[in-house]
Amino acid sequence: MARLTLKNVEKSFGSTHVLRDVSLDVEDGEFVSLVGHSGCGKSTLLRIIARLETPDAGDILIGGRAVNALAPKHRNIAMVFQDYALYPHMTVAENMSMPLVMARLPMRARLPLIRFLAPAHHKRMPEIKAHVRRVAAQLQIEHLLDRRPAQLSGGQRQRVALGRALVRDPQVFLMDEPLSNLDAKLRVQVRKEISELHASSGLTFVYVTHDQVEAMTMSDRVALMRNGRILQFAPPNRLYADPDSIDVAQFIGSPEINTLRGLPHADGIAVGEAVWPIRAAGHKSGALRVGIRPEAISVSGVPGLSSIGEKANGLQARLEVRLIEDLGPEVLLHGRLDFCPEEDVRVRAQKGSAYGHDDTLRTAAWLEVSIDPERLLLFDEQGRRLAMAGVVRQRVKEEA
Amino acid sequence: MADITDARYDAGRQGLGRILPTSVFGALGTLMLFAGAWVMVFPFVWLVSSSLKPTDEVFDADFSIIPKTFAGFRNYYVVLFEQPYLFFLMNSLIVCAGILIMQLLTAIPAAYALAKLKFRGRSILFGAVIAGITIPVNVTSIPIFIGLAKTNLLDTYFAMMFPFLVSVFAIFLFRQFFKTFPDSIIQAARIDGFSEIEIVLRLIVPSAVPAIAAFSIFSFVAHWNDLYWPLIVVQSQDKMTATLAMMQYRSAFDNDYGAGFAAATVVTAPMVIAFLLARRHFIRGITMTGLKG
Amino acid sequence: MDRTHAGFHHVQAWMGYFFVAPATFLILVIYAVPIVLVLLVSFTDYTLVSDYFEFVGLENYARMFSDAQFARALVNTLIYAAIFLPASFCLSLVIAIALQERKQFKSILEVLYFLPVTSTLTAMALVWSAMMDSRQGIINNLLQSIGAGPFNFLGSEQLVLVSLAIISIWSIVGFNMVLFLAGLSAIPKGLYEAATMDGADHPLDRFLKVTWPMLGPTAMFVAVTSSITAFKLFDPVALLTRGGPNGASEVFLYLAFLEGFEYFNLGYSAALSLFFLIVIFIFALFQAFFVERKVHY
Repeated sequence: MARLTLKNVEKSFGSTHVLRDVSLDVEDGEFVSLVGHSGCGKSTLLRIIARLETPDAGDILIGGRAVNALAPKHRNIAMVFQDYALYPHMTVAENMSMPLVMARLPMRARLPLIRFLAPAHHKRMPEIKAHVRRVAAQLQIEHLLDRRPAQLSGGQRQRVALGRALVRDPQVFLMDEPLSNLDAKLRVQVRKEISELHASSGLTFVYVTHDQVEAMTMSDRVALMRNGRILQFAPPNRLYADPDSIDVAQFIGSPEINTLRGLPHADGIAVGEAVWPIRAAGHKSGALRVGIRPEAISVSGVPGLSSIGEKANGLQARLEVRLIEDLGPEVLLHGRLDFCPEEDVRVRAQKGSAYGHDDTLRTAAWLEVSIDPERLLLFDEQGRRLAMAGVVRQRVKEEA
Repeated sequence: MADITDARYDAGRQGLGRILPTSVFGALGTLMLFAGAWVMVFPFVWLVSSSLKPTDEVFDADFSIIPKTFAGFRNYYVVLFEQPYLFFLMNSLIVCAGILIMQLLTAIPAAYALAKLKFRGRSILFGAVIAGITIPVNVTSIPIFIGLAKTNLLDTYFAMMFPFLVSVFAIFLFRQFFKTFPDSIIQAARIDGFSEIEIVLRLIVPSAVPAIAAFSIFSFVAHWNDLYWPLIVVQSQDKMTATLAMMQYRSAFDNDYGAGFAAATVVTAPMVIAFLLARRHFIRGITMTGLKG
Repeated sequence: MDRTHAGFHHVQAWMGYFFVAPATFLILVIYAVPIVLVLLVSFTDYTLVSDYFEFVGLENYARMFSDAQFARALVNTLIYAAIFLPASFCLSLVIAIALQERKQFKSILEVLYFLPVTSTLTAMALVWSAMMDSRQGIINNLLQSIGAGPFNFLGSEQLVLVSLAIISIWSIVGFNMVLFLAGLSAIPKGLYEAATMDGADHPLDRFLKVTWPMLGPTAMFVAVTSSITAFKLFDPVALLTRGGPNGASEVFLYLAFLEGFEYFNLGYSAALSLFFLIVIFIFALFQAFFVERKVHY
C-alpha cells in the first residue's frame, strides 16, 4: 500500500515563503498532478516528497508511515527529472542499474577495481543486468542499452529516465515536468505512454506540470497550486465545471473563461446594462464576478434573419465580432456584448452551425447570442465561488 | 548544495552523525581549510613581518609576527630611496605595458578577421595560431637571442618585449569570443554604413571587455613575474626589471636581511595588491584563459 | 546586385588581410622563423663567441643522448615531477571540493589560496629559502620543537628536489584549485539529485559516480598543464640552488639555459630546445586526444 499523505507542510527559502500549510492525500495507485504557474511551489512540494528538500514543518507519510527523516533511498520513491539527469558518462544500461547497484551492493563492491575482488559484485551484477534488460524490454529500449545519453534523442532519453525510475520497483513515482523538453508531437505520444504505464503498474504517481492539458488528460485528481497553497484538489472535470475560486476557473480551460462584473439588483444581477434573473446563494451585497466559459455562449442567429431555435432557453444578447480565429472544426470569436461594451469576451462556436456559412462571417458583424444561465459561475469580490440560487423569474412565478 | 548536506545528514542519521551533528563536521572542515589557508598565506606574513625588522631579528629563534624592534621605515627607505628599486619597478611597468598594448593591438583585429571575415589563407593562419600556443619562449629563445645580438638590440626595452609582441593565445581566445558575436548585428552595422574598423571598435571590442580584461591581467601578471627572458637579454642595471633585480642583487642583502625582504615586498606587492583589488577579474581571467574559452 | 556582392567580398578579403597582417608578420618573426632556425642551429657548432661555425649533422643530438649531465637533468626533472604532480593535483582537487560545498567563508578562502599564484615567485622563493634555512629557518625551528630535523632543505642532495617541489606546489595549488572549482560548478546539480534518488548518498559514491567522471576533462587539462609547468621548472632553481648541490637540482630547462646563455653552446642548446618542444608536443597531443574523447553531451 502506498498512500501518500502530506500534513501541513511549510517551506521557506530565506524570506520567501514557498509552501504554506500544504496538505494533500494521494490514494494508493492514484495519478495526481500538481499544476500551477512557475513559482507556485509545485516543484518544491515534489522535491519535499522526494526528500531533496527538507520541509520546515509538517509530515510526510508513505503507506501510513512517517518518512520525514528517511533518506530518499529508504523511501522507495523514484523520480524522473525535467532534464532527465542521466549520467552522461554512463551507458544506458549503467544509468538504469544505478539504483540497483546502490541498493544491492556493499560499498566495497562498488569501488573501482576493488569491486572485482568482492564476491557480491560477481553474484549480484548478473541479476542486476537481467533486471535492467527486462525493464528495458518493457520500455522498448533494449537496443539502446550500450549507448550513452549523448547518442540518444530526447524521446529516448525520456524513456531511459523512466526506466531508471522503474527498475527499483518504487511505491511512489514522482515526475517533474517530464515532457517539457520534448517537441509537441512527441509530447502527446509520451503522455499516452505514461498513462499506460500508470495503468499497468498500478503505482502511485505524482506529476508536476505547468501545462493544464497534461494535468487534465492524465490525472485522476489535480491539485492546482498558487502562491504556495493548494487552491483546489479535485478530479479534472470538477476543476473545470465546478471551480472553488475565480483563480481556478481562470487557470483551467483554454481559451480562458470570460469574467464580467456584476452587481446585485432587485431582479437578479446587473451585468452592464442588462439584468439577469439569477441570484447568488447567500450573497447580500458587494460586486460580483460572473464567469462564462466561452462555450456557454452560443450563437443563435444573425440579426435580421429569423432566429434558429434555442432562443427561448437563454439570456439573449448581441455580439459585435472583432476578431475571428479559425481553429478548424470550430471558430473562436473575440468581441463585445452589446449590454457590456467595455469588456472583451471570447465565444467558442461550432463552425457552420448557427450563423450559417462560416465564410460569410466578417469582423464588425453583429451576431445574436444566447447565454446558458445554468452554466454561469458566480464569484464574490474576493474571487470565492458562490452557489447559484436558481433563476429569479421562475421563482417569482412560483410565488405568485 | 542543499542536496549534499541533506545526504550527509541522512548518512549521519544511521551512523556517526547520530552523535555528531552536521554542524560539527562543517566546522571541522572550515577549521582545516583555514589551517591550510594559513600555510598558504604564511610566507607573505613572514615576508612583511621580516621587512619591518632589523637584520639581527629576522632569523631570531623565537619568531614573532610583530617586530620587537621596528625597523620598517629604515628598511623601506633604503629600498626605495637609496637603491634603484623604484627604477626597476618602472622598467617592469614599461615592459609589461608595452607588451600588453602590442598584444592587444595585434590580436584584436587578427582575431576579428579570423572569426568573422572570409579571406584566403584564413585556416592556414588559424592553424599556425593553434600550433603557436604550444610553443613556449624557452624553445625559440636561442635564435631570437642570436638575432637580437646580431642587430645590437640586446639590453633594450625592445629586446625585452620582442618575443611577446604577438600573443597567439590572445588571438585564439579572442577569436573564440568574437565567434559568438551575432553575425546579424555585424551585417546590420554594415548596412548602416559602419566600416570594418568601426565594427571592431564600436561593436566587437565593447562586447568582449570581459575576455580582454581577463587576458590583460593574465599577460601582465605573467610578464611582471617573468625571470627567464630578462635574465637572457638584460645586461645593464638600467634595463633591469624588478624580478631580475631581485635575483641579481640577492647577495647585496646578505648582511641586510631587513632591507632585502623590504625589497622583496616591494617587488611582489603590486601584483598582490592588484589581485586583492580585482580578485573577481583575476579568478575569471584564470578560468577563461585556463580553460580555453 | 551580383557585382556589388562580389565587390563586397573582395573588400572583405582585403580588410581581412589588413587586419591579420601585423599579427601574421610577428608570428612569422617570433615563431615560424625561429623554429626553423633552432632546427638549423641544432645541426651546427655555433657558439656566438666566434662567427665561424660548421654543420656537424646530428652530433649535438648524439652528444645529448650520451651526456651524463643531460641524463641527470632529465632524471632530476622526472623525480621533481613525480613529487610535484600528484601532490599539487590532489591537494588542489581536495581543496576545491571542500570549498565548493562551503556556504560561508568561500570567497575569503578562495582569495587566500589563490594569493601565491599572483605573487612574484622570484621574491617569494627568497622567502621560502629563508624559511627553509638549515640552521635558523622557521620551518626547522618548528620541526625541532616537535623533535624532528633539522633538515638542510635546499642544501642536501636528497632533499633539494622535494624542497623545490614544495615551493612550486605552494605557488600552483591556487591556480589548479580555481580550474577545478570552475569544473565543479559546471556539473549539473540535477545529477547529484538523481544520484540521491538512486541511493548514492555516501560522499564517496557521489564522488566516484558523479564528481570524478564529470570532472574528467578539467582533470585532464590540469594534469597536462601541470606536467608542462613541471618541465618548465626554472625560476627557483636559477635563484636558489643554481643546479646545486652537486647538480642535484640541475633540471632540464636550467641545463638548456646554462648551455645556451652561460656557456654559449648554442648548437647543443638548440638541440635541447627541440627536445623540449617534442616533449611539449607529446603532452599537447595527449591532451587533445583524451579531452576530445571525454566530452559528454
